[in-house]
Amino acid sequence: MTMLQTALHEIETAEELRKIIDEHENVMVCLGRMGPMCIPVYEAMEELEEEKDHIKFYTMAFDNPEGSIIREDPACQDFMGLPFTMYYKNGKVAHATSSIQSMEQIKDVLEKHFEN
Amino acid sequence: MDDIYDVMILGAGAAGLTAGIYTSRAKLSTVILNQGATGGQMVLTNEVANYPGVKTTRGYNLAAIMKSQAKEFGCKIKSNVRIQNYDLGGKIKSVELQDGRTFSAYSVIVAPGGRPRSLQIPGADRFRGAGISFCATCDGEFFTQKEIVVVGGGNSALEEAVSLTKYAKKVTIVHQFDHFQAFEHAVQEAKSNDKIDFIMESALVEFGGEEKLDHVMIKHIPTGETRKFSTDGVFLFIGYLPNTEDLINHIQLNDRGEIVTNSSLQTSTPGVFAAGDTLSKQYRQITTAVADGTIAALNAAEYVAKIKDKSIMAYAS
Repeated sequence: MTMLQTALHEIETAEELRKIIDEHENVMVCLGRMGPMCIPVYEAMEELEEEKDHIKFYTMAFDNPEGSIIREDPACQDFMGLPFTMYYKNGKVAHATSSIQSMEQIKDVLEKHFEN
Repeated sequence: MDDIYDVMILGAGAAGLTAGIYTSRAKLSTVILNQGATGGQMVLTNEVANYPGVKTTRGYNLAAIMKSQAKEFGCKIKSNVRIQNYDLGGKIKSVELQDGRTFSAYSVIVAPGGRPRSLQIPGADRFRGAGISFCATCDGEFFTQKEIVVVGGGNSALEEAVSLTKYAKKVTIVHQFDHFQAFEHAVQEAKSNDKIDFIMESALVEFGGEEKLDHVMIKHIPTGETRKFSTDGVFLFIGYLPNTEDLINHIQLNDRGEIVTNSSLQTSTPGVFAAGDTLSKQYRQITTAVADGTIAALNAAEYVAKIKDKSIMAYAS
């Protein structure tokens, strides 16, 4: 059952996440809640999804037990702010951020890791 | 140049969305250009319990409904845009976006809202999300059984400090003055909480740590003495800044950067109205923003009707 009310596809299981990052070169996943620090990131992703066909955009609920695949990722070890946003390139974590990010900050990361 | 809209609204918080609902429902072609995420400060409010007609709701739910109402009436909403140039002085007003698009309208409603004030001190960017937070309800649980600092002396700071004691072992409030600006009941609630300590007349001057924040440097303002204070996290509730820097040469602002208007919410520039938290006013609530949006929209509609009547008369004569 999905928990986030966004226009993005919500990943529900760790297996689904593994399959997605195995099958797609560039993947951005935002692990969060329907809270004030997370919603602006979802909204930016919804807009970017319309213009960037070569990147796949997904959400995952922080309170979904299956979200431990991201919560326990070494890249998130010191994270203390929602959302946890993961950028996967060829199945591996290319970058990860904690807390709210602006459209510019997200675009910078996408540019750096996915625009080659 | 793109089509000319009747009304262009800059900002999609409670004021901008309300204005969009009113003008689009009045069959005026309307576009909202928003430099951030839809909902503005409203989505930062976890629970809204004083919006008349709605018992309790979450800020993001209220924002989502307002957005959908505006869109259903035909209002176009473009979020996360960056406005590069403003030309608000003439009969046709226009803005140019960073991506080269231009939007024009007969009337403009400026409702850019504000943003949380942050501390411009060493470590502020480095430890955001790794010890520095602006949202107790979002990040409080990461600090369970930890010691944290809350910076600020207004209602938000004191209420959130009390709320954070559900998680934290100890909360220390650091405030720059010798007294609080918060309502007395909020001050009393914080003072009667055993988990809360106070450091008054003091300011943070640095965030420190390795991978994550583990201390702050606190300066006692009257003496200038600075000391290291160990902490696991810092929550900042030090007010909001109006998003009006780009408007300084286009409409009159006061010395706090707030927009000056008359009682019709008309700014110093004819045809440009303003609404919401960036107005020079005493109270900033969702309800006051909604009221501003309504007033600005009705006056903008009247202005557009007059402009268009004059155009028709000129053409006919």
